[in-house]
Amino acid sequence: MSIKVENLSYVYMKGTPYEKKALDKVNFVIADGDFIGIIGHTGSGKSTLVQHLNGLLKPTEGKIYINGVDISAKNTKELRNQVGIVFQYPEHQLFEETVFKDVAFGLEKRGLSKAEIEVKVNEAIQTVGLSEEASSKSPFELSGGQKRRVAIAGVLVLEPKVLVLDEPTAGLDPKGRDDIFELISNLQKRLGITVILVSHSMEDIARLVNRVIVMNMGTIEMDGSPSEVFSQAEGLEKIGLSVPQITYLMRKIKSFVPEINDNIFTVAEAKAEIIKHLRKQ
Amino acid sequence: MIKDITLGQYFPGESIIHRTDPRVKIVLAVVFMITILTIESYAAFLLFAVLSFTAIGVSQIPVKYSLKGLKPLMFIVVFAAVINIFFTPGTPIFEYKFIRMTVEGLDLAAKMALRLSMLVISTSLLTLTTTPIALTDGIERLFEPLKRIKIPVHEFAMMMTIALRFIPTLLEETDKIMKAQASRGADFDSGNLIERAKSFVPILVPLFISAFRRADELADAMNARCYRGGVGRTRMNELSFSKSDVLVSSVVLVFEILIIILHFF
Repeated sequence: MSIKVENLSYVYMKGTPYEKKALDKVNFVIADGDFIGIIGHTGSGKSTLVQHLNGLLKPTEGKIYINGVDISAKNTKELRNQVGIVFQYPEHQLFEETVFKDVAFGLEKRGLSKAEIEVKVNEAIQTVGLSEEASSKSPFELSGGQKRRVAIAGVLVLEPKVLVLDEPTAGLDPKGRDDIFELISNLQKRLGITVILVSHSMEDIARLVNRVIVMNMGTIEMDGSPSEVFSQAEGLEKIGLSVPQITYLMRKIKSFVPEINDNIFTVAEAKAEIIKHLRKQ
Repeated sequence: MIKDITLGQYFPGESIIHRTDPRVKIVLAVVFMITILTIESYAAFLLFAVLSFTAIGVSQIPVKYSLKGLKPLMFIVVFAAVINIFFTPGTPIFEYKFIRMTVEGLDLAAKMALRLSMLVISTSLLTLTTTPIALTDGIERLFEPLKRIKIPVHEFAMMMTIALRFIPTLLEETDKIMKAQASRGADFDSGNLIERAKSFVPILVPLFISAFRRADELADAMNARCYRGGVGRTRMNELSFSKSDVLVSSVVLVFEILIIILHFF
């Protein structure tokens, strides 16, 4: 699904002393099947931006089009079926007695038959890599990483065409983090859905997405492929961000070995480049 | 989604009312409450309204903002007024079949509506101009004499501080959970009463879980900093009376005397 955001502005608590402009004339277009990363400092407007995509926040100014249709004219229920958002710490939204019931929540609200719900829920539980026996357990008995999978399954089961994930790996250990990212990138490849990933981890953004949007103080600071964005290390540092660690390492190496390419953003690329260089010698 | 609650919401400012000692403001708020519940004549209501709106003017809080607290009360005010208008016995001014409006009813309804709205407007000024911390400090000092009869005043004040401190946090949390559930198909505005009540389960369960988790963490944090109740505790900001306290109290005193004079003559 294509998304077009036009001149989007949003002001929190308008008309009170706590008034705060969170988004200021934001414009971008996302094509169908894109894998987008949004990065930015805390308070740069990332979360506010993504909450507009399924109508949780209404623009103070500006318009959003999904597949060419203005979303303010759309039924919010239909919109939320198309755009799924997984919030930060999604495990805090779990409430049912069993994992199965919790994942089924959205489908029941949609009024599907019992048989259909069962098929879809089991599929979603499998997709996020949970075992079948987990589905009859209470979600509160599970580990942090497993809870998060349950919560993600609860959104995936609705089969959204656009999936937004706000810091999906915050607070997880490295293994849990890698598992979740692997799950997301498999999903994106297998289902061909549009994925928007909000993250603080430059490494993961560089490894996964095909386009990076950099937010700063409610506006878009940079917008381009990971190599375009991460080659501007100074600009990113100025707004409190950084480039992947491996890029810093490659720059250091370049100061000793001038002929090496330092335009590198993932460990795999770095490995290939270093081997290539060693072979040449 | 839930942002219209002004009760307990501090409106930052530098006015004389903001600077007044919280103890003075609490006592004055109680005086306001007693006044509004005892006055009878429209002249007294007018005088009281002048006092309240002068206070709002001096505090530099936008009038629109200070009236926000009335919104959730509107239903009760209107409901009580309607009941009073039609069910008070007395001289009828309008009669149609079983519907009957009386002069006494109108009078009672108007006073009731005035009383309720003035009560909210004048007392919400206390919470609008005082930070929750200053407020509980004031309450603790005012009730200090009760410590002699072994009432744990400090503990009650601490409980109130904590409760007030967590209102915005829990509101934010509720907002977040509502959004998360709405994103996966929850619907809070349609269906009949029972369906709507049920739709709050997905909000309440996570909210309670997080409130208990927060309480646990807070207790640990307080323990880690050796909190052990009120005995022997000193405070960083001692409360002290100043000239502005005398000024504010005298203005209110003048008005109160006028209202009392009106009441008896």
